[in-house]
Amino acid sequence: MTPRFLFSRRFDLAFVLFGVSIIVFLMIRMIPGDAVAIMLGANTEITPERIAELEARLGLNLPVYQQYGYWIWGVLHGDFGTSIWTGRPVIGEIAANIWPTLELTFLSILVGAGLSIPIGAFMASARGNVAEVIVRIGAIAGLTIPSFWLGIVAIFMVAKYAPGWSALGYVPFTEDPLGNLSRMVLPVIALSLPMLANLSRLVRSAMLDALGQDYIRTAKAKGANKRRIVYKHALRNALIPFITSVGVSAGYLLGGAIVIEQVFAIPGLGRLVLGAISERNYPLVQATILVLTGTFVIVNFLVDMLYAAIDPRVTR
Amino acid sequence: MLTFLKRNKLFTFALGFVILQVLLALFAPLLGLQDPYYQVMVQRMKGPNALNWLGTDQLGRDVLARIIHGYRTSLMTCVTAVTLALVVGGTIGLLTAYYRGWFDRIVMRLMDIVFAFPILLLAIGVIAVLGPNIWSAAIAIAIVYTPIFARLLRGPALVICESEYVMGARAIGASDFRIIFLHLLPNLVSVVLVQTSILLSAAILVEASLSFLGLGAQPPTPSLGLMLSEGRNFLLLSPWPAVFAGFAILFLSFGFNLLGDALRDTLDPRLKTEN
Repeated sequence: MTPRFLFSRRFDLAFVLFGVSIIVFLMIRMIPGDAVAIMLGANTEITPERIAELEARLGLNLPVYQQYGYWIWGVLHGDFGTSIWTGRPVIGEIAANIWPTLELTFLSILVGAGLSIPIGAFMASARGNVAEVIVRIGAIAGLTIPSFWLGIVAIFMVAKYAPGWSALGYVPFTEDPLGNLSRMVLPVIALSLPMLANLSRLVRSAMLDALGQDYIRTAKAKGANKRRIVYKHALRNALIPFITSVGVSAGYLLGGAIVIEQVFAIPGLGRLVLGAISERNYPLVQATILVLTGTFVIVNFLVDMLYAAIDPRVTR
Repeated sequence: MLTFLKRNKLFTFALGFVILQVLLALFAPLLGLQDPYYQVMVQRMKGPNALNWLGTDQLGRDVLARIIHGYRTSLMTCVTAVTLALVVGGTIGLLTAYYRGWFDRIVMRLMDIVFAFPILLLAIGVIAVLGPNIWSAAIAIAIVYTPIFARLLRGPALVICESEYVMGARAIGASDFRIIFLHLLPNLVSVVLVQTSILLSAAILVEASLSFLGLGAQPPTPSLGLMLSEGRNFLLLSPWPAVFAGFAILFLSFGFNLLGDALRDTLDPRLKTEN
């Protein structure tokens, strides 16, 4: 990796993170009506003094750029604001709820990306009219099945035919590894299916692309067997576009996880942010969106770096 | 025309499938369906029967009527949102490709920032600001899709800007406006049609997810996502509303995705992918 490439990618990363932070910061200020009065809630009497006091506490009486300055300074030092209802730092609530979401997303990426390689490779090697049609229809169906519906149907099936299986809720892996994984099976299947459909299709076309290259002909000419050609020579080269796609899918999965958590009653960030929206706990909404988007942006940056390490051509 | 449809069977099937669903949604009030809001408490949670072809929901409302009116809600929201995103994002894509330079760099960087948010998360953020209802969902989807359209159109537009006929038009002194809307845009029609169809398919899923989370359509509006979340609570008593609503979302989204896929092959054989 040339230093120039590294610098420009880091600059891009900083710029995007800065932009994201501004949007998230302004979000809370764009709420129509008097957000402060809303935040005071229905239980307290709304007086001008109380509003002024809360405004001062939230720093809303300062010019916007100063407010942003204080806010981002706090964020960079781990202070994401305080919850309106509990008065405790929101970062604590996020930390308490982030693990189920991360586990769900991580396992889904693992399953979706892991299974798509053999499926895509198989589809590419078994090329023909039937495979063509199956891939096409299967991929579109996989992409357009609402994953939350799939989850609901799965819960129904379990409740009806396997009532002993506790499919809902969440237990930490450290407390009960088996219970944790058995509760993760259905959400992970529901969440990873669209990604699996998308990536299998991508692996297949990348493989077909790679199989048409000169080095494959060379490998065939020197007498390597078909398995070896498909899995060693073609697959390696097909993996390059695949990696970028996995990074992009991570964002889709983080979003999808919010819905799937709601379906399977998993106490993750999705439930936290939805609860915060209905309670109008804006600092919590703001911090959750910032943390999740920041994670997504950084993951994609790392994927870019990995991509450059695998394929040195992109850094030139 | 007929031979064209006969030759492109997949396209014809997809088009018919989509048109059928759109017509159902458009003419829902004229189909002689039951009132989607009318509750018959004694007829709650019935399975499919002669009176209610797809059964009734937890308040005794006709599931078929609610699904077809749900199509209306879903299509209205998504078509509005995607059209908005296409007009704004598409214009941005065309202008940045045509003018390039610092204008292109600044605008596309701003688009990159919006693009950096996970789709559903940004939509949820927008709805947190605007308040949960169906129009907030439409605006949220429009905002999320604007940078996607801008990127999708900028690439092909850049290629066309380099073509000889655009240079020729410039040489004879055609105005920027004329070149962009009379030379660039018509050549992008196939890209626009394909991408609009595919993004509409995705928007239908986003809208259903938002309504499912209680951030889109609000009860008692007939909405497919809402039917799923309501039906979920009565799953063991009566799975029908949730099952049928799910199929409805799947068919609607699948139809538009297949149409986009088939359109791509039909409109531009050069673009025919290996997929």
